[in-house]
Amino acid sequence: MSKHFPKSVNKLPLQIIIYLFVISGLATAGVTYYMTPKYTRVGYAPVQPVPYSHAKHAGELGIDCRYCHSNVEKSGFANLPTAQTCMNCHKIIKPNSPLLAVVRKSYETNQPVPWVQIHRVPDFVYFNHSVHIARGVSCVECHGQINQMEVVGEAKSLTMGFCLECHRNPAAHIRPRDQVTNLDWKASSEAEQLTMGAKFVHDWKVNPPQSCSGCHR
Amino acid sequence: MSHASEHSAPAILNEVKATSLPRAKMVDNDRDFAWITDKICGIVEGKTPSWWWWCFAVACFMACFTVAGITYVVATGVGVWGHRSPVNWSWPIVNFVFWIGIGHAGTLISAILCLLRQKWRTSINRAAEAMTIFAVVCAGIFPVFHVGRVWYAWFLFPIPNYNNIWPQFRSPLEWDVFAVSTYGTVSVLFWYVGLLPDLATLRDRFALAGRETRAKIYGFFALGWRSSARAWSNYEMAYLILAGIATPLVLSVHTIVSFDFAVSLIPGWHTTIFPPYFVAGAIFSGFGMVLTLMLPLRAIYKLEDLITQYHIDCMCKITLATGTMVGYAYAMEFFIAWYSGNPYEGFTFINRAFGPYAWAYWIMISCNVITPQFFWFKAVRNNTTFVWVLSLFVNLGMWFERFVIICTSLTRDFLPSSWGYLSPTVIDIFTFFGTFGVFSVLFLLFIRFLPLMAMAEIKGVTPQADAFNGHKNPHA
Repeated sequence: MSKHFPKSVNKLPLQIIIYLFVISGLATAGVTYYMTPKYTRVGYAPVQPVPYSHAKHAGELGIDCRYCHSNVEKSGFANLPTAQTCMNCHKIIKPNSPLLAVVRKSYETNQPVPWVQIHRVPDFVYFNHSVHIARGVSCVECHGQINQMEVVGEAKSLTMGFCLECHRNPAAHIRPRDQVTNLDWKASSEAEQLTMGAKFVHDWKVNPPQSCSGCHR
Repeated sequence: MSHASEHSAPAILNEVKATSLPRAKMVDNDRDFAWITDKICGIVEGKTPSWWWWCFAVACFMACFTVAGITYVVATGVGVWGHRSPVNWSWPIVNFVFWIGIGHAGTLISAILCLLRQKWRTSINRAAEAMTIFAVVCAGIFPVFHVGRVWYAWFLFPIPNYNNIWPQFRSPLEWDVFAVSTYGTVSVLFWYVGLLPDLATLRDRFALAGRETRAKIYGFFALGWRSSARAWSNYEMAYLILAGIATPLVLSVHTIVSFDFAVSLIPGWHTTIFPPYFVAGAIFSGFGMVLTLMLPLRAIYKLEDLITQYHIDCMCKITLATGTMVGYAYAMEFFIAWYSGNPYEGFTFINRAFGPYAWAYWIMISCNVITPQFFWFKAVRNNTTFVWVLSLFVNLGMWFERFVIICTSLTRDFLPSSWGYLSPTVIDIFTFFGTFGVFSVLFLLFIRFLPLMAMAEIKGVTPQADAFNGHKNPHA
């Protein structure tokens, strides 16, 4: 009714539809990019009490992951090393370095080094390290190239989608068991990985759970 | 036929004279168009009556119980509700099915009766559709909040997400999501399309009375309706199409709700009678609620000329028919439980009638099977107070029906070791009690601000609207 509204109101329905499309598109894109763990979690690299370099120890010097994270094959929880483990070498190497003061103090007082946890799954998720190691899932699959990190940060999103990607298609991700802690290892080609992976899936009876209660127990 | 024509027998009667049975009038006292418009618009235009404020205050107070209950549930967790193993579905699903069922009368009246050209629908369809929408709102509260972390309720819809999870399409609970959301959407559309001409009427009347703001608000929602012949032609077609879309929904929604139970293997649930039985029950409860709402409105606003005794008769008869169907279903469940020879089914039904929930079972039977039988009698149908009281019993009985179905089967399933008894918590009770407040708040706002009857449609069924004034069309 022109009596109550100006003529331009006739265009309003179309305008509203167009604006709604634009706004909902922008909102979806924004949420997808900025509010998902890929954005909010990947790259999280807190300052640690000891400036320990994985790049030096695991990369350059070639210390195996299991030297420090010694229970990862046997336990659901990948333990952090005690100061005793550090002191095996550092009693002799750089015994007086000020950077190691915290470690020495921990060694003397039996109080753990207050490392800041980086990788974590929520409390309602059951995750077992040993099971994954035993079926050829390399550390690198979830933690990224730790052996190249000066400061360790979260490399993968570790969302449920991330877990399911592998649980739904394990052949693309598993490797010979003796290469699990070799973070630089790669199959010669993608096809090779898939054939090999499929063989492992069959031989080791790999059957990762995809139902809720597999992880949410 | 050829045989008959060769030896044509003498006719018993030379002429068949059908008794002329006068058609029921949809509007009493020969009210004209202007009277109808004034009457219905007057409710919106007049001063807010004091009873409205009192009712509104009480309704708001009641609604606070739901708000408080839900806040507590969200803040604490669904553990504060009474469902425990073995009754992991309890009051929330009872309430959900109860409210969704009530909604069914609105769609039945607006869609099926429209397609069947039942003229008596015109006086009650608007309010019944509003009732439907508000009932769906109340029903929706329970499934949405039972997920616990309600901000994840969107997981119910198949939206791609970083968790790579997808709804389980084999679950009837997921079908529910689509059935109910489709139902809600179509009901709102149907209601709104029907409102357009009446909103335009209100706009024009407010403009004439010089109340510009109101004219603008109603004008906005009237979407520029001008009552041109072309607009009417499109409108009628749109309304018919929506009626066509809504008709299967009347049957599908409660069918799918019944699948929540029927698809499982629990004795007492796993039966093919569930879909028709639930649909009949839903329409039964819906008409119960329509009567509960319309009879007081009729008395308060003096709408006796528009909601005539004929309308009440029709509603009572549908309540009687569906109530009897429900009674038949109860009997048939018992029969099949015996006839199937399945000991678990047999036990379940004996347990329903004589077990720990016998009290609920007999409330259900007396309210749902016995109550509607009163509607056989014209004297009962003519006594509006009595009809209203009976309609309350229908509502009560239908809540108990869902309670009985859910609790008796879950507390006594196959393994005696997992038998139990359900006790609701005070949070359960308050949250449910409050939904009547939520419903009343919405309904009171509806009767205050929107035309509670479809004026345009009522005018269409008056004798004045008949261009030939009751005579046959000479050109037909």
